[in-house]
Amino acid sequence: MSAQVNLNAIPRLAPDEIESPPLSLGELTWRRFRRHKMAIVGVVVLILLIFYTFGGSFFISEKYANQTDTSQRLNAPSTLHRFGTDTVGRDILARTIYGGQISLLIGLTAMILETLVGILIGASAGYYGGWLDSILMRFTEAMLNIPQILLLLVMAKFFGGKIPNIPLLGRTFSGSVVVIILIIGLTSWPYLARIVRAEFLSIKENEFILAARATGAPPFQIIFRHILPNSIAPIIVSATLGVANAITLEAYISFLGLGVQPPTATWGNMLEGAYKYIESAPWLWIFPGTLIVLIVLAINFLGDGLRDALDPRSRTV
Amino acid sequence: MTRYIIRRLLQAIPLLFIISAVLFVLMQNMGDPIATLGGRMVTRPADRQRLARQLGLDKPIYVQYLFWLIGNDWTKADLDGDGIPDTQGTRHGVLRGDFGTSLVNRGVPVVQVIADRLPNTLILMLSAEVVIILGSLLVGVYSALHQYSIVDNLVTSVSFIGYSMPIFLIALMTMYIFAVNFKKWGLPYLPTVGMFDPNVGETVPQVIWHMVLPIFSISFISLAAYSRYIRSTMLEVLSQDYIRTAKAKGLPRREITFIHALKNASLPIVTIVGLELPLLLGGAVVTERIFAWPGMGRLFLDHLSASDTPVIMGILMLIAIAVIIFQIITDVVYAWLDPRIRYH
Repeated sequence: MSAQVNLNAIPRLAPDEIESPPLSLGELTWRRFRRHKMAIVGVVVLILLIFYTFGGSFFISEKYANQTDTSQRLNAPSTLHRFGTDTVGRDILARTIYGGQISLLIGLTAMILETLVGILIGASAGYYGGWLDSILMRFTEAMLNIPQILLLLVMAKFFGGKIPNIPLLGRTFSGSVVVIILIIGLTSWPYLARIVRAEFLSIKENEFILAARATGAPPFQIIFRHILPNSIAPIIVSATLGVANAITLEAYISFLGLGVQPPTATWGNMLEGAYKYIESAPWLWIFPGTLIVLIVLAINFLGDGLRDALDPRSRTV
Repeated sequence: MTRYIIRRLLQAIPLLFIISAVLFVLMQNMGDPIATLGGRMVTRPADRQRLARQLGLDKPIYVQYLFWLIGNDWTKADLDGDGIPDTQGTRHGVLRGDFGTSLVNRGVPVVQVIADRLPNTLILMLSAEVVIILGSLLVGVYSALHQYSIVDNLVTSVSFIGYSMPIFLIALMTMYIFAVNFKKWGLPYLPTVGMFDPNVGETVPQVIWHMVLPIFSISFISLAAYSRYIRSTMLEVLSQDYIRTAKAKGLPRREITFIHALKNASLPIVTIVGLELPLLLGGAVVTERIFAWPGMGRLFLDHLSASDTPVIMGILMLIAIAVIIFQIITDVVYAWLDPRIRYH
């Protein structure tokens, strides 16, 4: 009975598995995210588009973007107007730059509003349950029972023209921008609220919540310190896709003429009426349309990558 | 099951009340319906007051809602403005099936206004839905059976792009290619506006010919989404043990794919289709606008811009009721298809 064991034959843990501390959620997510090629492409496209819209304003002034010149209407793309001119002679290249800023602004702020309302309603329904849950969920169902685009149109008409123009940072923002942000934010939350509620319902049954309650933590603290951080993954994914959704919705309402009012440009309202010139002036819709598809596609890829990276079931590093 | 259906129907009642009340409040601030009644002429203040009284718009909002709900034939209205109620009301209210009359088309009942447009929307949207379901089943099953093949990868990229495209852009692009450029190249081109060529009249081939582009625009996005969904459920089912068993005992491939796998994989699709069908009533607002299709979507837009509350309320309530009914039907069909599900 020889105790001669070849020590090298014993499988060992790799050094960094012993020494390095466990990865945080952020590190873990990043490791998985960066292997999702399309998501990386999405991020790159997104960064390029942000450079295009915000960098462009260093070369072209907003005044030029909103300047009409009826003698130059519907000019085809040329060296003077790279993307051509629109029905009142405004330069389309300049308008895609300033329109992109507004479209991005609408996408981001509407998403923030949507997420806040969704979390608030979903969390209170899920955490407190009972009659509050019934009321809030009936209300959520009521919102889902009307097609969102119809509801948006009704609300656009409701708020339309009631908010004055807002001067900010030396620029004037049309009040209709605020209206669009409000109505998109206030009609998009139901899906998120349902997701948050479902997360809360399952997480609040855990023992650590019972422990937190036993130590006398107030409900506010339990909701925001203990439950919400544990349900952050689906919220992040939903919020990311919410930006793309808000940009598309803005384009829909503006396309129908009830959205952001000219002279303020958005990628959506640049398309308004473009179908009437489908034969004579295709550049009216080709450029803003392509930009909308690019940004929505990029955000969708990013959201897809985040969904895979944040999925707790895929623990491969 | 009967008890389940009855309970769901009872739950729907408060839901419909919430929806109608919220919408009604939204409607009241939508603008001045009287402003557009006189056409180009500016309505005189006296006429304005008289019209407001006739239409019941001078009443406080809760009274207007009450009248809309239960009618005003039990009370008298003051039409001449002398402070004495003198004329018997004639409305029966929504609860008795009277949605009122349109403000824009004076005197035409809302039900009539909607019924005139409903067939046009249904013909368009139902054909689109058939295209969506058949097309996505075909594409989804094919991609699942040939996972990571060239066609599958191609379908994946096309559907990802399609899923990110707004409907109007698809509509504009197809119009540009198949109508404008085909015309330029002397090929047979597709029409872009309306339901039929006025010179030919409303014949079946004309309507079908005019439907090609709108249906393509409506179905493209949903087709992209559904086929991805069917692909993933099919892949999940195909990796199950009972499929392996079926293969092992030598069943024909066709039978395994379509009877053993597809039947189970299509269960979740029933839910999506069931929930989407009633929304078709609203028509594709944008698509109908671009292609000048005289359906519900355009009706909604036209009457919304004229602040025609009764018609807008009628359309929205019709959709809300349809959504609720279809939710119940979907649940029942689902339980019928999947014997594991029991409702109590």
